[in-house]
Amino acid sequence: MFYREAGQFKTTYVSDSAIFPLRQDRIGLGFIIAAAYALAFLGSDFLLQAVMIPFLVFSLAAIGLNILTGYTGLLSLGTGAFMGVGAYACYKLMTAFPGVNVIVWIFVSGFFSAAVGALFGLPSLRIKGFYLAVATLAAQFFLQWCFIRIPWLVNYNVSGALDAPLRTLFGTPIMGPNATSQTRYLLVLTIVILLTWIASNLVHGRIGRMWIAIRDMDLAAELMGIRPLQTKLLAFAVSSYYCGVAGALLVFLWYGGAEYDVFNINQSFFILFMVIIGGLGSLIGSFFGAALIFIMPIVLGMALPALMSPFGLSVGSDTIEHLRFMITGALIIFFLIVEPHGLARLWQIGKQKLLVWPFPY
Amino acid sequence: MDILYKVFVEPFVFMGEAPDLLLQTLWEGLVSGVLYALIALGFVLIFKASGVFNFAQGIMVVFAALILVGLYEKGIPALLALVLAALAMLVLAMAVERVVLRPLVNQPDIILFMATFGLTYFLIGFGELIFGGNPREMITDALFLPQGTTEIGMLGGSIRLQHLDIAAAVIASLMIGLLAVFFSKTRIGRALRAVADSHKAALSVGISLNQIWVIVWFAAGLVALVAGIMWGARSGVSFSLQIIALKALPVLILGGFTSIPGAIIGGLIIGVGEKLGEFYWGPLVGGGIETWLAYVIALLFLLYRPQGLFGEKIIERI
Repeated sequence: MFYREAGQFKTTYVSDSAIFPLRQDRIGLGFIIAAAYALAFLGSDFLLQAVMIPFLVFSLAAIGLNILTGYTGLLSLGTGAFMGVGAYACYKLMTAFPGVNVIVWIFVSGFFSAAVGALFGLPSLRIKGFYLAVATLAAQFFLQWCFIRIPWLVNYNVSGALDAPLRTLFGTPIMGPNATSQTRYLLVLTIVILLTWIASNLVHGRIGRMWIAIRDMDLAAELMGIRPLQTKLLAFAVSSYYCGVAGALLVFLWYGGAEYDVFNINQSFFILFMVIIGGLGSLIGSFFGAALIFIMPIVLGMALPALMSPFGLSVGSDTIEHLRFMITGALIIFFLIVEPHGLARLWQIGKQKLLVWPFPY
Repeated sequence: MDILYKVFVEPFVFMGEAPDLLLQTLWEGLVSGVLYALIALGFVLIFKASGVFNFAQGIMVVFAALILVGLYEKGIPALLALVLAALAMLVLAMAVERVVLRPLVNQPDIILFMATFGLTYFLIGFGELIFGGNPREMITDALFLPQGTTEIGMLGGSIRLQHLDIAAAVIASLMIGLLAVFFSKTRIGRALRAVADSHKAALSVGISLNQIWVIVWFAAGLVALVAGIMWGARSGVSFSLQIIALKALPVLILGGFTSIPGAIIGGLIIGVGEKLGEFYWGPLVGGGIETWLAYVIALLFLLYRPQGLFGEKIIERI
């Protein structure tokens, strides 16, 4: 009833091609963003630290992979490694130049990841599909090996682990053991919103059209004057940039410290699942997918013991972990069969239904 | 110059000085190559007949081995457990065909590929739920697999041959031979080849696609069972075994996705290349290069020949 297009006239081409043509959508988005910021002051430490920060970080990584897999149609299994490149680059930069604000380095570290991603994207001119997936697996295993074997990357730290040093912004610690989850959440939220906005502009603009053209039919795109190699490499670079920033956020603003093992192949798979379940080629789907894949085990861990206890059954944490794998796998198959466009499509259907509600036609 | 010497001269000098070590490395490479080929064969079987790139082959190897060991631990005789494990793979094949493949027919290949990801994760969770995540010993004795080593003195040194490795090579070769006969001589084998050539043409001459898929997935399951027994006997049965299945991917790239001889030769090349690289060049960079060397070999090869050694030329490339 309140969600209507009626009365909102588009008088310019700009307003006609707006991303959110409905006033209600714009208000809703503003409301969501405001609520997200308000959560920093209302939510408990557990909610911010264990749910919201990782959710946002994984959403960012999923956006990165979605740019590559969803928009450009290039399958990548090396997301975890590209995240790792960002994290290690950020660590090297901020320990080498401690004077510069760390936020600069978080953004700059993405460029290292982008360069590595573009390098491993080079074979994409000659190969695609499964073959390219194997090429990105090469990136995954090679980079992971580098993280283990090159002590220079962790400043010859004997434990071989990355740890977040104390860094401040306007005198408030944002990184390291003293930073509160509130400040870290605000920082992650701001970075994710900024990068999502940039991604949205990218995929709705000329570059995004080029990616989609390559995805839908590369031969036709080439005939139309889109240069495939440059476009694909750009997709690899932008995608890896996002993954790299997500990796830096993951280590320094969520974990506070991590080993190479965080960036293993399972991480790559889980981000791919977020993209599939959320919806290939949809930014909001990346958020939905990250929410489902990441928050499901938490909910499962809390709900299942509560459900089983009346029957006198206890559920161990390892059982929950196994169930998580099973449910994730089953969900992927389910979504691929029932709704190949993922949760984002369900969202869209819901909005369309709401537009004509209460009359079905 | 020093680094060039270390990369291009020293390893070869070392090879010449200790030919027994070289031979030993080659042997180990060949054995693991045969086993890689065995896993790759499972991929090829399914890809040939249905165009599905089955990522779950690795977990099928683990799953089959786990069922075998799990049943044996429950007190079921080894040979009966073997039969039951094979039956379980048949059930799995039927379930996969019914639940995953049939609803997804006519979807793009990449969607089916992702569906096998889902299958992989489902099977990991399912397997751990039933059998627990602890690594187990493969029941080598109960399956009459030989153990022990023979030392053969030659070339001024001696070469250690694990009996298990010899058995693995023989059994894998037998398995491959049997499959080749099955594919070329039997009625079902001909039907499989027809399906591989064209789904539509096969359907129009009355070949049931669904049935063929079950048979192919069952065959791949049997191959997985054999691979699981062999790998399990070498390095224990645990979920980390599925990493080995990821090793089969470069083998496929090298051999071509649709070729059984390609899988075998690709497996041998990767196995030998990996062991030689690790033993002679690995120490230069701190070792452990086995994890990625195969992929890099495959990647370099791809740039030169995108369809693989024996693959079909009709590869999409842009």
